[in-house]
Amino acid sequence: MRGWLRSDGRKGIRNVVAVAYLVECAHHVARQVAAVDPDAHVIGFPGCFPNPYAQRMMERLCTHPNVGAVLLVSLGCESFDRDRLRRVIAESGRAVELLVIQNEGGTRSTIAAGRDWVAARVADLAAAPTVPMTVSELVVGTVCGGSDGTSGLTGNPAAGIAFDRLVAAGATCIFEETGELIGCEAIMEARAATPELGAEIRRAVDKAARYYATLGYGSFAAGNADGGLTTIEEKSLGAYMKSGQSRISGLIKPGDIPPRGGLYLMDVVPDGEVRFGFPNISDNAEIVEMMASGAHVTLFVTGRGSVVGSALAPVIKIAANPHMYARLSEDMDVNAGRILTGDATLAEVGDEIVALVRAVAGGQQTASETLGHQEFILTYKSFEPIGPACLPV
Amino acid sequence: MTDPRLLLLHPGDNVLVLRDQIAAGEVISVENRRVTVQAALGLGQKLARAPVAPGAQVIKYGAPIGRATAAIALGDHVHTHNLASDYTPTHARGGRIGSGT
Repeated sequence: MRGWLRSDGRKGIRNVVAVAYLVECAHHVARQVAAVDPDAHVIGFPGCFPNPYAQRMMERLCTHPNVGAVLLVSLGCESFDRDRLRRVIAESGRAVELLVIQNEGGTRSTIAAGRDWVAARVADLAAAPTVPMTVSELVVGTVCGGSDGTSGLTGNPAAGIAFDRLVAAGATCIFEETGELIGCEAIMEARAATPELGAEIRRAVDKAARYYATLGYGSFAAGNADGGLTTIEEKSLGAYMKSGQSRISGLIKPGDIPPRGGLYLMDVVPDGEVRFGFPNISDNAEIVEMMASGAHVTLFVTGRGSVVGSALAPVIKIAANPHMYARLSEDMDVNAGRILTGDATLAEVGDEIVALVRAVAGGQQTASETLGHQEFILTYKSFEPIGPACLPV
Repeated sequence: MTDPRLLLLHPGDNVLVLRDQIAAGEVISVENRRVTVQAALGLGQKLARAPVAPGAQVIKYGAPIGRATAAIALGDHVHTHNLASDYTPTHARGGRIGSGT
């Protein structure tokens, strides 16, 4: 494995130019700037009203270890604090440019200026030196989406085994979806590094239960029983299996960088009263939050068959269902459905995932990278900082 | 031995999960014992890997998923007729969690 060394000591497994729009009004121009180069990835925040969470997320994403340079595209009158973002990026040692469409003469001239800048930076980055990198320097996230009854039998436990192997090798692994861990809080509490951290984890799941109840969610549908699931804790455990068996080293919120290797739970449910709607409106919102906390690569377990990838950081898609894999194999990286057909054990698929994480970190393209997927979504949220018990020393 | 259609998710589990269909009346092996499956069961259903006393925990994924509401024999189908959540009764909030909506 090799990586690109950043000034904060982290290493990237990719070296891309981020083209960041700072309001939806600048999205088209950003997209056109990036369209001519596969190493330019579009990210951005669509809102015109200020939001400290979005500001922090953009700062984290623009200084993600996989990002080597950043072009900021502003309309001009949005309230995003572009000067602060530009300063944070410059202080990280990365090349950064700000184009304000209202000052550049409009759409065409901004696109032209942006493409010139990006082409020069892509050339710079292609010549940038790499340094050796080990698994212990990797941050790996996990999500599941498009789930079905097989996700909890094959893909999620196999991802959990991969997490155990990665954590044992010193890597940092992050799992989340506290809203789908309702019923697992006692087990998670027992796995926490300290009793105080356990109490924080329990509070996070209680918060998720309240939040989703306010939004009108029921957690256990009648259809779940048809698939053989009997209790809410059984359903939650299927999702929870992605976390593996390791000790839980900390509880973080989106944008918090884990201080050392280990397994971390990300609390993605906003604090305070219910505002701005659903915590994460689609799977890529979860991937974006993982990236903001430094994830180099995300394991994505899917039963029904999601096709997404992500801007900035590769997504490894793990098919839980052998029938879906047969239909969507071009979009899948791992066929965990072999566990159901008796062609592989959970441990074998877990080992395959670890081997693929290493290969992807070493430069191998994932299915979604090959197909050009660069999905990205960031919306409004609000969080309080984590408490001192969340990251025991 | 155990029928290859039954998946053990964790060594500590007292249930096995079907990875394929098993027909009613089939005689299958569960932990070296011969048992007759009473009703047709599909992917995702659970069979007991060991006897479970009433009130004892049912373990899947190495974690409790509730308690037996009746005596469960080795090879029995485990579902809503003999297993109940530990969670819903103590954590229901205004009947909204676990209400099946």
